[in-house]
Amino acid sequence: MAVLVIADHDNASLKDSTHKTVTAAKALSGDVDVLVAGQGVDAVAAEAAKIEGVRKVLVAQSDALGQHIAEAITAAVLPLAGGYDAILVPATSVGKNFAPRLAAKLDVAPISEIVEIVSPDTFVRPIYAGNALETVQSSDAKKIITVRATAFKAAGEGGSAAVETIDAGAGAPKTRFVSDEIVKSDRPELAGAKIVVSGGRAMGSAEEFHRVIEPLADKLGAAVGASRAAVDAGYAPNDYQVGQTGKVVAPQLYIAIGISGAIQHLAGMKDSKVIVAINKDSDAPIFQVADYGLVSDYKTAVPELMDALTAAGK
Amino acid sequence: MKVLVPVKRVIDSNVKARVKPDQTGVDLANVKMSMNPFCEIAVEEAVRLKEKGVADEVVVVSIGPVQAQETIRTALAMGADRGVLIQTDVDVEPLEVAKLLKAVIEKEGPGLVLMGKQAIDGDNNAVGQMLSALLDWPQATFASKVEVDGSKVKVTREVDGGLQTLELDLPAVVTADLRLNEPRYASLPNIMKAKKKTIDIAAVADYGVDLAGHLKVLKVTEPPKRTAGVKVENAAELVAKLKTEAGVI
Repeated sequence: MAVLVIADHDNASLKDSTHKTVTAAKALSGDVDVLVAGQGVDAVAAEAAKIEGVRKVLVAQSDALGQHIAEAITAAVLPLAGGYDAILVPATSVGKNFAPRLAAKLDVAPISEIVEIVSPDTFVRPIYAGNALETVQSSDAKKIITVRATAFKAAGEGGSAAVETIDAGAGAPKTRFVSDEIVKSDRPELAGAKIVVSGGRAMGSAEEFHRVIEPLADKLGAAVGASRAAVDAGYAPNDYQVGQTGKVVAPQLYIAIGISGAIQHLAGMKDSKVIVAINKDSDAPIFQVADYGLVSDYKTAVPELMDALTAAGK
Repeated sequence: MKVLVPVKRVIDSNVKARVKPDQTGVDLANVKMSMNPFCEIAVEEAVRLKEKGVADEVVVVSIGPVQAQETIRTALAMGADRGVLIQTDVDVEPLEVAKLLKAVIEKEGPGLVLMGKQAIDGDNNAVGQMLSALLDWPQATFASKVEVDGSKVKVTREVDGGLQTLELDLPAVVTADLRLNEPRYASLPNIMKAKKKTIDIAAVADYGVDLAGHLKVLKVTEPPKRTAGVKVENAAELVAKLKTEAGVI
């Protein structure tokens, strides 16, 4: 049995979720190949070749693949599918976009966002915004799976897999790329950050969110997150959203400021190693999952926290 | 142009799902059910396309028990024109839902399918992509802006790190993300009007789709609980604990 992992990357560098998905793949098979589908991705392929335990790296390149267009990725992967018993994809916005399309083309029921592999045909995945875990068995001969990367450890470096170029496929004749608006930031990426500082609806405005949350995040070298309520209210952009319908994070330290702790938010951060909650409402559900709770208005607590961090040499 | 909107009846998003003690699933007995929030956003967008004169008919399709008629009725009250219910008590898998919708679409011939990006029960985020694959139509998921222009649709999508804009040839499948719009509340006159609109009831057998299933749910369990820690008095104590006790800063 061989497994294909489809790499997560931005054409410039390989994302850590690929390493984590390789770990999941290794639980299924000793023969793990990685496909890098993009444009100008030679450096990404070289990084993928270094992942420990990877047999072979396949590279497909075209403009449409570089734009991560689902139809193009599906067309590139389909001819390879015959050689694999399972195809594993990191559950990112790119992976979630094309994996079900690929599955339907193969008449396979995709299995979304697995967090555990029980056996080669049985997987655990969260449902109902993380309020329940479903153990599901697939009778499909071939499995198409998206992997919630935070649930798996990253595979190490030290491999030296061969890199092989493959056909890029037919592209996406009915879909045209218009533009990307990717926010450039010096902060670490939310999904892989060691520390995340998140703000909630209590911020009251986008200006306040910006004024309170961002300096604290920068002081800690942290990524910035937000609750869905804060995103809904327009205080923070959607790609900051932590939760079942946003990003799932599992940093070493998660600091929730003015976040009440709706279940859908908890689903996105409850696997963090240490959770800190700052909220003036002592009954807020966030305190039920927090390792350290500070019942205080963020307006006084955050400046004090900044000072305390400075005093501690941060 | 006809716009088709698939909708799903799910547990109300304000109700906490509870796992049944026998681990066979989530307890839905005597629980408030509503239209899936992402489906509601898709209905709203379709109705707005009609109000702009882009769409001439909005057809809502649901697959589910007899009560799913209420979900369709909600969409009709928001402004959709008519409904189709494929009535079944079986919990239909996403791939089979996609196959049933494909059969409906082949009959209805819409120019655009607008639907939610995922249902908040199964959280699969798969049907739109699969439907588009089965029809061999282009797809644009996680939409935050939809602009129809003649035989094309321009869609701005929410992706990791920002936004991506694509242009698709119609017909196409577009799935709605949270920020596409804010669904309206149906007015009382519109709720009354919706009662007179047509809902056609069909059976799975009418569409020749096999519900044999590829997936078997072995059990449904509660996630491990995280226990509350300690309350600290002030920021200085918090920093001290993070530094010495937790060792995370």
